[in-house]
Amino acid sequence: MNISDRVSVEYAGLRELFGVLRANGYQLVGPRLRDGAIIYDELVSISDLPAGWTDEQEGGKYRLREREDGALFGYAVGPHSWKKFLFPPVLREWQAQRTDSGLQFSKEPQKTPRYAFIGVRSCELHAMAVQDRIFMGEKFVDPVYAERRKNAFIVAVNCSQAGGTCFCVSMKTGPQARAGFDLALTEITEDGCHCFVIEVGTEAGAQVLRQIPHHRATEQDQRAAEQVVQRTAEQMGRVMDTVGIKELLYRNYEHPRWDEVASRCLTCANCTMVCPTCFCSTVEEVTDLTGEHAERWRKWDSCFHVNFSYVAGGSVRASTKSRYRQWMTHKLATWIDQFGTSGCVGCGRCITWCPVAIDITEEVRAIRETESLRASTLQPKGPIACKPSKK
Amino acid sequence: MLPKEFRVRRVRRETPDTFTVEIEAANGDQAFGFAPGQFNMLYAFGVGEIAISISGDPQAKSLMHTTRVVGTVTKGLGKLRPGDALGVRGPFGSSWPIERAAGCDVVVVAGGIGLAPLRGALYHLVSCRKELRRLVLLYGVRSPQDILYRRDLERWRNGGLQTFVTVDRATGSWLGHVGVVTSLIPHAPFDPVNAVVMVCGPEIMMRYTMLALQKRGVSEERIFLSMERNMKCAVGFCGHCQFGPEFICKDGPVFCYDRIKNWLGIREL
Amino acid sequence: MQTVEEMILKHPFWSGLNPQYFPLLQGCATSERFEAGQLIFQEGQEADHFFLIQTGQVRLYAFVPGRGSVTIQTVSAGAALGWSWLFPPYHWHFSAQANEVTELMAFDAKFLRDTSEANHDFGYELIKRVSSMLLQRLQETRLLLVDFYGFPR
Repeated sequence: MNISDRVSVEYAGLRELFGVLRANGYQLVGPRLRDGAIIYDELVSISDLPAGWTDEQEGGKYRLREREDGALFGYAVGPHSWKKFLFPPVLREWQAQRTDSGLQFSKEPQKTPRYAFIGVRSCELHAMAVQDRIFMGEKFVDPVYAERRKNAFIVAVNCSQAGGTCFCVSMKTGPQARAGFDLALTEITEDGCHCFVIEVGTEAGAQVLRQIPHHRATEQDQRAAEQVVQRTAEQMGRVMDTVGIKELLYRNYEHPRWDEVASRCLTCANCTMVCPTCFCSTVEEVTDLTGEHAERWRKWDSCFHVNFSYVAGGSVRASTKSRYRQWMTHKLATWIDQFGTSGCVGCGRCITWCPVAIDITEEVRAIRETESLRASTLQPKGPIACKPSKK
Repeated sequence: MLPKEFRVRRVRRETPDTFTVEIEAANGDQAFGFAPGQFNMLYAFGVGEIAISISGDPQAKSLMHTTRVVGTVTKGLGKLRPGDALGVRGPFGSSWPIERAAGCDVVVVAGGIGLAPLRGALYHLVSCRKELRRLVLLYGVRSPQDILYRRDLERWRNGGLQTFVTVDRATGSWLGHVGVVTSLIPHAPFDPVNAVVMVCGPEIMMRYTMLALQKRGVSEERIFLSMERNMKCAVGFCGHCQFGPEFICKDGPVFCYDRIKNWLGIREL
Repeated sequence: MQTVEEMILKHPFWSGLNPQYFPLLQGCATSERFEAGQLIFQEGQEADHFFLIQTGQVRLYAFVPGRGSVTIQTVSAGAALGWSWLFPPYHWHFSAQANEVTELMAFDAKFLRDTSEANHDFGYELIKRVSSMLLQRLQETRLLLVDFYGFPR
């Protein structure tokens, strides 16, 4: 069995896959049904998966509905992303003790979990690659992220249906998983069969696959798998025109559309919490009552919080407009100069989970379409494309 | 990144709301080298961390940091006494382009506490005065009591630094310049074509300084400024210090004006 | 020792001025020297000269009962001093004192006014330069109002 080989596995074989991974010391995490949503949490067996469920997503709307088949992965992405495991929402960074001789700083004893991520979508693979560039950069590396990333075994899934707010096709991040996985499976639930066409991504993936019943995927199987992906690609809920998007946004920092979206935005920060690439964090000092013990905790943060940009004298981004503009221009424009790729992977979560259904694709379209109208009035020009900060 | 334990050598009150804390490594080691313009993250036990420019002589064994008292951490640091311990992470960030100074008319423009991040550069520039064509300091503060480092200013003046100090508000017997620091620029003694200008101060002061320098004919790639934003991690992970595409902690804090000039013009960036 | 003619030619205020006007300016200009602390003009006095500063430093101040003299701004070499000579009632609004040894070029204000009325080309050159300096001074004063170093407490 080599990399890029495709095999077919029956439902029972997939059940064994879970067992093999656990036997190899992996902690399985993947989609589960909880509180009316499909989230990511620990999986014990294949029956923990939300079989026979699907989601209906639109701007500001997320509902679950039962399917007619028993598909294990017949839904799109939910409010969680894998950054929850690689970049933990709450993390103790270090501890400090005050002694007679001074201060003692001690690192966190790291017991890095070995995760097996089950059901990673193509957009999510891209999101992980995007976060790799942040946390495992040229100059500084986050050891917690790097260790968890290195240890993770990834079982990707090619989406069999698009979510209502998806636009991975526009962002060129799916629906076909192309890289960054150990195994990538496409679920086939037609003509009475329930099987999986699995593509081998790495030697580690091949090793696991060899231990479960499988056979080489037939022409028919492979075609069926391709059709699943093709169908999904045609179902995209949204479109984002990315041509010249960085320059477009760089030119339009003073566009009146920002005021318009600001009149709707609640700065609730939902979008940043559900976004699989958002990486902002803050630190919090925690002490005990004796005053001898202190800890530094890292927590997820959001640029939508007014204190996020606080400097002596006040917050630089006090208005809602400036904060929404920061988030969107960072995600779609300055990210490119910072890290060489877009920060957006087209998963649609920010659209689904925004309580007022602000749609990032619509905002880009609105600016693009009304830019020429603006040019006729006296408006200051925004910055032209900057030199990238990284070489 | 774990903080290293350092000890307070001295805390000196500079002005009513500003103090300098001088620190050295707890184990007696030579403090790490730094380039003027860089900053440290100073940790007050149990209170928190704050980014402060290193403002001392790069040749000295101890490290100096001057700050205004603006919040809980700076208040905590201001309460430290000689021998007290604190945590230090650093040095971080980019530095002043003093290697470009040779043969040039070097102009340093400082506003208020902005003189602190420039102090290390001034030590160096005065020490190599012979290699420079001109060396000028334009320093503006609110009132005479806010003038920092009076002894250093005197020493530097004797070492060949042409010093012009101005106050916004004259009090007492002040017989020097009165007016905003930018008013010193039109007639300051330097050749704009040969200048290298280093600017630090409140962002609004720096913005108007840029205008005045450009009016004088200094080109944008010869002007450098030190920017400031909220900082938490200092290593480009937490996202707080972003200024357009730049991370102030690792792409800055010292920037060539040419690189960030368009971003400076955007309100609430 | 510079002649008045040389001083006029070199001062940045007259930079770019058509040389045909220099004899005119020479005719109404005198060079004056003030020691440190010497009064140049007082608030309320008749504003009969327009000054250009060659060297030194001048402080503009208002005398406030109870507070003494309050310095508003200082003006140094290369700058112009005084605008009240332009418009009636031609009285100085503030007082001016030399902070250090200061050399000034003083131009007869009435002569400048009369000449500008008679010769609009010259008048335009003069007013252009006066406006430019006024704008500079106004911007600097406005920036003082912004208060660079303060922030909300």
